[in-house]
Amino acid sequence: MIDVIDLKKSFGKLEVLKGITTTIKEGEKVAIIGPSGSGKSTFLRCLNCLEDPTSGSIIFEGVDIADMRVDINIYRRHMGMVFQQFNLFNNKTVIGNIMLAPVYLGMHDLRVKKYKNFLIRIKNAFTNKKTPLHEINTTPQRIKEEARENAMRLLKRIGLEDKADAYPSTLSGGQKQRIAIIRALAMNPKVMLFDEPTSALDPEMVGEVLDLIRQLADEGMTMVIVTHEMGFAREVATRVLFMDEGRIIEENTPKELFSNPQHPRTKGFLSKVL
Amino acid sequence: MGNFGKKLERFWEIFYEYDGYQRVLTGLQNTVYIAVVGLAIGIIIGTVIAIVEVLPKYKRLPRVLNGFCRFYVGLFRGTPVVVQLLVAYYVALPLLGVNLPALNVCVLVFGLNSGAYVSEIMRGGIMSVDTGQMEAARAVGLSYRVSMMKVVVPQAVKNILPTLGNEFIALIKETSVVSFVGAADLYVAFNYIGTNSYEFMVPYLAMALIYIVLVMAIAFLVRIMERSLRKSDRRN
Repeated sequence: MIDVIDLKKSFGKLEVLKGITTTIKEGEKVAIIGPSGSGKSTFLRCLNCLEDPTSGSIIFEGVDIADMRVDINIYRRHMGMVFQQFNLFNNKTVIGNIMLAPVYLGMHDLRVKKYKNFLIRIKNAFTNKKTPLHEINTTPQRIKEEARENAMRLLKRIGLEDKADAYPSTLSGGQKQRIAIIRALAMNPKVMLFDEPTSALDPEMVGEVLDLIRQLADEGMTMVIVTHEMGFAREVATRVLFMDEGRIIEENTPKELFSNPQHPRTKGFLSKVL
Repeated sequence: MGNFGKKLERFWEIFYEYDGYQRVLTGLQNTVYIAVVGLAIGIIIGTVIAIVEVLPKYKRLPRVLNGFCRFYVGLFRGTPVVVQLLVAYYVALPLLGVNLPALNVCVLVFGLNSGAYVSEIMRGGIMSVDTGQMEAARAVGLSYRVSMMKVVVPQAVKNILPTLGNEFIALIKETSVVSFVGAADLYVAFNYIGTNSYEFMVPYLAMALIYIVLVMAIAFLVRIMERSLRKSDRRN
């Protein structure tokens, strides 16, 4: 689903990723672990080009999205991202947060289609060859209603439907992060990227967020998780990557990697955190 | 102060029994009109400049635009507004062959002038919004422009509203120089009363009073607006 080929990323002179090659298959849950500064988060942020890779390719749905000529916004719609600091839009209510992208992008697509149809009609009026119009099977009202229904359904799922009209500043960290997750889900992503989703949470709120991620995993969502929760990685992941100094040092099933690490650096890291 | 009552009487005569109050009303109207429309133009120009200044700079066009904006801000912050008014009214517009009423020239100049100041205010406001907000908006597939307009700028506006209120107050007071190009503002109206009643104490005091009331009213309105915008910050 995502093919990463020799991905490199430098910030100025500092080379953070020194050539990463891996494939993330559909339905896989990949956990990325490693010491801080190892490039885990940078790697994850390169996957949806929040950081533009310096070189290398990221093939997603058959397109190299690391190419600067590609319209990255189209592909980001299919990649949900969850941040360490939640990053809910502070100027929007909870439901506004969830609806913003689906409504805006839905409207945008509708406008583009209408505009194209308009051009086609003009063209058809002057030529014998009739080009078929794009099918339009929605209205602005429908887009809004559907987005609202979908948002309410997602909110019900996490039991926060009564917070729909609250502002993010009134919520606890755990609630914010769960809303950030369903905000990403509202776009029906094909893959979810989690950037240390529980690192900024109070300990008593970690559980509720991990439970939600676990549910998504059980439903078969493809996901890439950068995490410090080794227990969670071991339980949920189908594959664990150990990164250090900008390289993947070792990758294996969680069972193998945690109980029988091969590389000395993996051993060293695991002995410190387990 | 013995003859203060007499002065007041003479002022009242010109103000009420003559057409003084009409001129004051017109002056007040013009003052507020120049400041309000000027600020509106300023906010539009300032927002555009601020956005250009925070654009990523690895392409050529943003760099060229940025250079132009820097020049613009430097020009309008580097000269007094009176000079800008005079140059616009007596040099620039005649050279261009445009004939505008003085009032419109004032609105234009004050708009361009406050655009330069508002752009700095806006830029600070935009930079004060956490970068995570932009990243989150980009991550759901919104373009840079839409992320800016729907997420970052609304939050920036909330941060800068008190400062923008200050700018508006400054603008109201600065409009007192528009008589340089012949626009009729409060100063012109009270000066008229003064000249006709042969005494200036009461008219100028009245003028000061009107400015103070105006500024206090604006400060009050800004505070109300601020409070309603802070809705998203309040914990209930």
